[in-house]
Amino acid sequence: MTGKRVLTAYAVLYLLFLYAPIVLLPLFAFNDGTVIAFPLRGFTLEWFEELTRTAALHQATLNSLVIASSTSVLATCLGMFAARAGARFRFPGKGGILGFIMLPLVLPEIIVAISLLVVLLQLGLSLSIWTVVAGHVLICTPFAVAILNGSFAGLDRSLEEAAVDLGETPLSTFRLVTLPLVTPGIVASLLICFTISLDEFIIAFFLSGNQPTLPVYLWSQLRFPGRLPIIFALGTILVCLSVGLLVAAEIFRRRGLRKAGLKDTGGFL
Amino acid sequence: MTRPIIELRNVHKYYGDYHALRGITADIGAGEFFSLLGPSGCGKTTLLRAIAGFEDISSGAILIDHREMEGVPPNKRPTNMVFQSYAIFPHLSVAQNVGFGLRRSPMSGEEKRKAVAEALEMVGLGGYGARAAHALSGGQRQRVALARALILKPKVLLLDEPLSALDKKMREQMQHELRRLQRQVGITFILVTHDQEEALIMSDRIAVMFEGSVAQLTDPQTLYRRPATRRVGEFIGMMNFLPAKLSGETSGGAMVEVAGLGTAELLSDQIPEGRAREGSIGVRPESLTILHEGQTAPREANAEVVERTYYGDMTYYDVRPEGVDGTVSVSMRNMPGRRVSEPGERVRLAWDPAAMVFFP
Ligand SMILES: Nc1ncnc2c1ncn2[C@@H]1O[C@H](COP(=O)(O)OP(=O)(O)OP(=O)(O)O)[C@@H](O)[C@H]1O
Ligand SMILES: [Mg+2]
Repeated sequence: MTGKRVLTAYAVLYLLFLYAPIVLLPLFAFNDGTVIAFPLRGFTLEWFEELTRTAALHQATLNSLVIASSTSVLATCLGMFAARAGARFRFPGKGGILGFIMLPLVLPEIIVAISLLVVLLQLGLSLSIWTVVAGHVLICTPFAVAILNGSFAGLDRSLEEAAVDLGETPLSTFRLVTLPLVTPGIVASLLICFTISLDEFIIAFFLSGNQPTLPVYLWSQLRFPGRLPIIFALGTILVCLSVGLLVAAEIFRRRGLRKAGLKDTGGFL
Repeated sequence: MTRPIIELRNVHKYYGDYHALRGITADIGAGEFFSLLGPSGCGKTTLLRAIAGFEDISSGAILIDHREMEGVPPNKRPTNMVFQSYAIFPHLSVAQNVGFGLRRSPMSGEEKRKAVAEALEMVGLGGYGARAAHALSGGQRQRVALARALILKPKVLLLDEPLSALDKKMREQMQHELRRLQRQVGITFILVTHDQEEALIMSDRIAVMFEGSVAQLTDPQTLYRRPATRRVGEFIGMMNFLPAKLSGETSGGAMVEVAGLGTAELLSDQIPEGRAREGSIGVRPESLTILHEGQTAPREANAEVVERTYYGDMTYYDVRPEGVDGTVSVSMRNMPGRRVSEPGERVRLAWDPAAMVFFP
């Protein structure tokens, strides 16, 4: 029994350590005072109002949204090609090629960021949100592949053959049979890639030049102690958004599996 | 056979170096229930998929309704297929599945709905249209797959082991239903199966395949009574083989001397693989009879019972004819008043050359 109690205590401590700092975010975001310390002073929405008045922040938000949307669409498309090829075709070097696509998942981001920066500068390209998109596609594609692999591998090949047999062309078969069955996977992939890109800092920091993303802007504001509560307010919004998107992604993924009558073989949540 | 609807002309198929189909030539008649029967890996599915257009053939020709099919994709062929896994679209309802092939048809919405209802009625699923496809049992999926293919009124329906996923009782029921359905719609059915009993029960004609070639193509009765090769005889039902010698020729065939039984005349259709001095004769267990006391037969031989297995309606014996090393099996129907012989007993065996086939 004591063993069980120790384990429970361990789990509680672990979760506290993991999530307590995040709980502090909204606490101080609504706290009426610029000093980040207890005791709390009183409730205020001032910091959120301040957010709406900061033009640079709006530009950063816009940058982030453009980058995250472009990244999620591009990475999901690439992921679809890879997952489809992996599920359908046999070709020489298949294992190695698929492995290479997944590699950025374990590469240190700072290495990826610095290498990309060197290459871009060598090519004489100027840094912009599009160089960030390139970097984010690189790190998001493995996630897209991992999610979509499940959708495509679980798809019985004879379903597509049956559609062709019943008179459809390969193209209309893709639209009528393949796409509806993998749509939940695609939506999940879009949402997760969007979230990853929105939260990513290191690559954005190196590649964004003078067009900062939200996380980069946040970091730049840390120099001004007086603006700390504003950062907490912004952080609160970002956390809520990320959690919301991830939950939505998982719901779509599970619904897709149910719809196709498949067993759950994993996922990210 | 009626007018041919499918003509296979020396069809070859290579997968890389592997020679999967080795010169298949056959005509399949309109309205026929035709089966492709053979052990696993003999190329049945490959041939069926080649007819459907899912596999290109390496050489030879496939004609459907006298039209060369080379380069014609599956969606343009007058064939439809029932897949082994049924391939029911899981995101569509039963009615949407059945009506899938009508999407491009010029029928009105009302006509389509009627056609779907009729097709479901035909396979015994009337009123199931609104069900979700993934909520169906194996037997129901099978029926949906049938309705979905038949609604297009194809010239040929291709079925790849459609019953193998069903349990025994359901399978037997579907065998009869498929047969009834085929007679009702009059469409040519080509059934792939590795179950010889299923092929015998359902087919008008059967092509037995081994290693990418057709070993024999004929009706079920001839296939069973006059297998063209020893291998076909072994594959279809049970067959005994006894060493035999062909002696003199006669006007209609040849004299054969069967070890342990005796000498008799075989007709030439009982020597399908050609004459050879030495070989063996094949004979079915039910074509040999153990005589009871007082009973006589034109040809008798002495034998000893080695083993017997009692099944209620039948008794299966292993008997050793005099002068033979091995045993042959004999099946006897258990009649009232007929005694079951015991191991060690000496019995008289009646045999009939008309039920024998000689293989070199
Ligand atoms: N796409 C392929 N690539 C390479 N070889 C193949 C391919 N498809 C089938 N084969 C080979 O061709 C042979 C015939 O296969 P086929 O599926 O036609 O057999 P089958 O008679 O249907 O067997 P089963 O009863 O097991 O379904 C097999 O040896 C198989 O390994
Ligand atoms: Mg097969």
